[in-house]
Amino acid sequence: MNTPDPISPYRDLTPAQFEAIGQRFDAIRNRVRGELGRRDADYIHALVRRQRQLEVGGRVLMILPPTWPLGVAALSAAKILDNMEIGHNVMHGQYDWMHDPAINSKSFEWDTADTAKNWKKTHNFEHHTFTNVVGRDHDVGYGLLRMSEDQPWEPRFLFNVPLAVVLHTFFQHFVAVQNMKLEDFLIYKTKTREQLAAEFKPVWNKMRKQLARDYLWFPLLAGPFAPLVLVGNVVANFTRNVWACAVIFNGHFPEQAEQFPESVLQNETRGQWYVRQLLGSANFSGGKLMHIASGNLSFQVEHHLFPDLPAHRYHEISPEVQAICHDYGLPYNTGSFWKQTASTWTRILRLSFPTGKRREATPVNGGTGGAQTPSLPLAA
Amino acid sequence: MSHQRTTRSALRALPLRRLLASRFVQNLTYPHGVDHYLAPLDATWSLTEVRAAVTTIRQQTHDSVTVTLAPNDNWRGFCAGQYVRVSVDVAGVCHTRCFSPANSARTAGGALELTCRIGPRSVVSRYFATTCKVGDVVRMAPAEGTFALPETRPAQVLFISGGSGITPVMAMLRTLLDDGHTGRIVFLHYARTRADQLYAAELAALAQQHANLRVLPVYTREVGTGADGHFDAAQLDAGVPGWTQMEAFLCGPAGLIAAVQDVFAARGVAQRLHVERFAVTEKVGAVAAPIAGEVRYVRSERVAENRGANLLDQAEAAGLHPECGCRMGICHSCTTRKLSGRVRDLCTGEVSGTGEEDIQLCVCAPVGTVTLDL
Ligand code: FES
Repeated sequence: MNTPDPISPYRDLTPAQFEAIGQRFDAIRNRVRGELGRRDADYIHALVRRQRQLEVGGRVLMILPPTWPLGVAALSAAKILDNMEIGHNVMHGQYDWMHDPAINSKSFEWDTADTAKNWKKTHNFEHHTFTNVVGRDHDVGYGLLRMSEDQPWEPRFLFNVPLAVVLHTFFQHFVAVQNMKLEDFLIYKTKTREQLAAEFKPVWNKMRKQLARDYLWFPLLAGPFAPLVLVGNVVANFTRNVWACAVIFNGHFPEQAEQFPESVLQNETRGQWYVRQLLGSANFSGGKLMHIASGNLSFQVEHHLFPDLPAHRYHEISPEVQAICHDYGLPYNTGSFWKQTASTWTRILRLSFPTGKRREATPVNGGTGGAQTPSLPLAA
Repeated sequence: MSHQRTTRSALRALPLRRLLASRFVQNLTYPHGVDHYLAPLDATWSLTEVRAAVTTIRQQTHDSVTVTLAPNDNWRGFCAGQYVRVSVDVAGVCHTRCFSPANSARTAGGALELTCRIGPRSVVSRYFATTCKVGDVVRMAPAEGTFALPETRPAQVLFISGGSGITPVMAMLRTLLDDGHTGRIVFLHYARTRADQLYAAELAALAQQHANLRVLPVYTREVGTGADGHFDAAQLDAGVPGWTQMEAFLCGPAGLIAAVQDVFAARGVAQRLHVERFAVTEKVGAVAAPIAGEVRYVRSERVAENRGANLLDQAEAAGLHPECGCRMGICHSCTTRKLSGRVRDLCTGEVSGTGEEDIQLCVCAPVGTVTLDL
């Protein structure tokens, strides 16, 4: 079983095994859902309070030169918290059971250019249902990059690396227009200018309010210190962009994580869906702060298995997930943040070229279905 | 209390409110909104939401609790007889229930008085009786309901209530008296025992002060104390002569309502009777029932037979196009407000309560008749 086969576990596991895997994951989900209560509510409330303190504090401190760096750091942290551990997770419906309109996936709006509505479509539905399926999951390259062997090579992918840098820098705006699938207009010509304009309207409506707030109204409010505030806001947005993009890339594009052809979707069972989520995601290890700052997407594997369980629970269920992986010889992808980053960028570079191939010599994790310990260090 | 008053008037100061509601402040606080940033200053502050601070908590009877609330400036008042939706946080979950305020609609400052019965399955009432503290803040919605005193006051008014159904008619009585109503008023109230009667002392005192008011308490489980036993025509004829000439307002348990309706219909004065029902009596345990009932889509004004499948499939089969995505319970695009009825979670097999709540259509199947805000 040394041929590199990206979807080997699909071949190795029997239907009965898939069924059993599905039941074990379902059992975890149902148990945790039954446990949700005061502790989770307190956690998210505390986080919302902390985010607000950082945001208000950051905006105030930024006005004066001596406290400017502190202000920028606080606002960057506030935006990261808002987008990751609060926004992303609340919009997944992780806290819908609280029935609190302020912390509900139906009503929450976040501090980024993308509208909550578009995000819930491209992310919650397309990305989470069709995870890493080339052609269905737009997060595979955002229409801009070549991130999988299954994407046919085009000359524009020679710029994979510089374009990846651009994507990181302007991440919030790329995400905002993600739903429009710009490449369909620019490159594949399957979309008309009119269609594009109609789709851009609601996006621009939000984008301009975000831009005006950070680059016009707050600088204006600072009077003579307007330039300080303007630059501070640029830095805070940039920091959030790069961090969010890096976290997301580390979650799906280290070399361990697999991409899938569309054929896997045919008659996919719940058990197979779970396994695909597992194979297509990768964790990175770190301390508590790292987990919170990444919105617990450091537990990308757990997040993809259970996208609507409160993310702060992922580290608690991680051992159970690892046990299931162990029992069925499935990989539990993880590594340090920097290791995953290096691996991701290697992939970006490798796939710039038409010959981009998976590491030929490395045997694929997951072998013949027997119990096997994952070869990578497990997250604590 | 004094704390509440100062903070509330701070927001009431018009220039501040106007500033906070201004376009400029909205632009600065986008996308979270002004309220989000006011919350840490005072939990009752809001530009849009009705919120109220609990000002007193007392128990009149062993299975009821009476709280008074001081709503913020967004409260627009109510017509005596209407109800309000009140949401409280219990163990991290926001629970919403409807209560009819019992106070006069003329109460100064818009203060509200809710008297809630504590049943075996009450969550919100129990919260008021046990964990709630003076100063806690609850969320409310504007008053609703068509059970209300008519603008042109009837010459003679008959109130009939049972148990905690007393609250909306109590509000009507108090409002009438505050407005100086001079016509004849009879208040017929059913309680199990003397110890169970809500507002007993106040009703007695009001009857003393107002010559046009007669209060007739009836104790259904205390025989031989004068008026006793359950409602019937003879009792009404004896206690309230000429009642067919009176405009009647009724609220109470289902049994009482049915009995009163029968008597009014038999005498041909059904149109004089105005009814408010509270809490449909639920049959606990009758859930693993065969596929039955119907699915009602309120906004699309459609009704279809319950076919047992998940609600997303059923809605689509009925020609609706609810928002949806994964169809497997993970993306929450299909989350919809259930207005009433029970649903079974197809992942856990758990059956919901009958109340209003958000559900995921794709993983919920109706258990009997379900009404959706769709
Ligand atoms: S359609 Fe995705 S949760 Fe129902």
